[in-house]
Amino acid sequence: MLCDFCKENEATVHFSQVVGEKVSKIDICEACAKAKGFTDPGNIAMLGDVLGEFGSGQVAPDAEGLRCPVCGFTQANFKKQGRLGCSACYETFEPGLRPLLKAMHKGERHVGKTPRKAVTSEESSEHLKQLEKELSRAIKDERFEHAAQLRDEIRALQARTSPGTLV
Amino acid sequence: MKPSDTPLEGEVDGGRLVVMSSRVRLARNLSGAPFPGWAKKADRQKSLESIKAVARILPEMNGALVRSMDEFTALEKQLLVERHLISREHAAKTVGSGVVISESEVISVMINEEDHLRMQALMPGFCLREVWQVIDRVDSELEEHLNYAYSSKLGYLTACPTNVGTGMRASAMLHLPALVLAEQINQIIQAVNKLGLAVRGLYGEGTEASGNLFQVSNQTTLGEREADLIERLTKVILQIIEHEKNARQALMEKRPQMIYDQVGRAYGVLGNACVQSSKEAMNLLSVLRLGLDLGLVQGVDRKNIDDMFLLTQPAHLQKHVNQKLTAEQRDVMRASLLRDMLKDAGRPKTMLFAPPDSPEPGREGSAS
Repeated sequence: MLCDFCKENEATVHFSQVVGEKVSKIDICEACAKAKGFTDPGNIAMLGDVLGEFGSGQVAPDAEGLRCPVCGFTQANFKKQGRLGCSACYETFEPGLRPLLKAMHKGERHVGKTPRKAVTSEESSEHLKQLEKELSRAIKDERFEHAAQLRDEIRALQARTSPGTLV
Repeated sequence: MKPSDTPLEGEVDGGRLVVMSSRVRLARNLSGAPFPGWAKKADRQKSLESIKAVARILPEMNGALVRSMDEFTALEKQLLVERHLISREHAAKTVGSGVVISESEVISVMINEEDHLRMQALMPGFCLREVWQVIDRVDSELEEHLNYAYSSKLGYLTACPTNVGTGMRASAMLHLPALVLAEQINQIIQAVNKLGLAVRGLYGEGTEASGNLFQVSNQTTLGEREADLIERLTKVILQIIEHEKNARQALMEKRPQMIYDQVGRAYGVLGNACVQSSKEAMNLLSVLRLGLDLGLVQGVDRKNIDDMFLLTQPAHLQKHVNQKLTAEQRDVMRASLLRDMLKDAGRPKTMLFAPPDSPEPGREGSAS
């Protein structure tokens, strides 16, 4: 497969974004990826440009009007600054952010420290039950890699909900 | 300063051979308030006051420096940047942003930088686990009084999506002169990048390496526990230390004359120059430090050399004489400080010339 930019070298860097049933893909060679700064996950504004969807109308047809109801931040602002306006923006722009987060991070879910106030025992026990169910399903289906991930997540959750444990 | 209590780190890099300092910073935001970059001035002022009030009463902040950014002179801000206590971005801030810096300078909390809170613990030597524990404790104490923006799925919510999750960046400053001299540094950087870790210059993102100092840090913050990342980073740094040590040994075995020559030249220029640029000084200090590590230089303390990396920076020079200096004046003052540092040092070891057909080429000469 040839690079979408230079059309000369073999493409070795692949980005894809799935929104609903629509899949957008871009394949580039290492040299172009480097030249355009895609090797640095911090370069999010550019990644957004390439995937093209964030802020250009494919995430939501009324993209022009998509605006955070809490702080008034818009998709155009994000495209320009690469920063969000407030914590509620994460929900407002969730469909566009999801593929970006997936491309730039190791995982899609937080597994680290939790503020003590944010952990209500009810919430976490519910979550724990759900994870355990998923785990037994994964083992049954012999999806061991996924099972290992779930096991780690369960351990992390147990660790942070039991008092006095350094997470 | 208390040395690291982790035997693994201490054993391998006991004399701070390679790791100059370790740092962990956390990004946090207040729930229900717009992020600083989007907030109106009044909002920023409000967040600043509420965070300042809480941060200054922490036990760790007894005797701390508590200031709004408009209360600093440009020189004072630059001084804090050189000491790695605030970012260059934060130095550009004025009203509505501030800092709380502990008396020991181990803990620094930037208020209204890119996020409402950017807190760090920074200590000399290889002690990532220890600095993580320090800043984790500060964070937990702050959290008792502040409502953080947090989601169970995405973790701590930050202005830039690259920091969301743990909001953590752990980094270590490494001195890697032999890998640079042996031209292996780019291979190392590429290998480290492949592990999802970043290698940057002296002042972090977007700065070039100077004095053979490199900052290694994590790039991603979502999907990995803090303690796991610290362990992973520690292991990678242990490997880099090994590579640096091997490169030093190999250079001494295969190209001793080059090393002797570089060290001798560094000593010669640092000990005699009358005008010294910052960049050249950093690079020569680095080579002199290598010479000391290899036993080629005597009569100068490692600590003196390490201090000079900092004391010869522009703001530190001006602070020393308490007045503004032009670039030319700084270069003269820098040269003078460096000559002073070497005034009791003996000449470095040299290599004696041996004719090409001699059975023992390149014997070592005496140090004085």
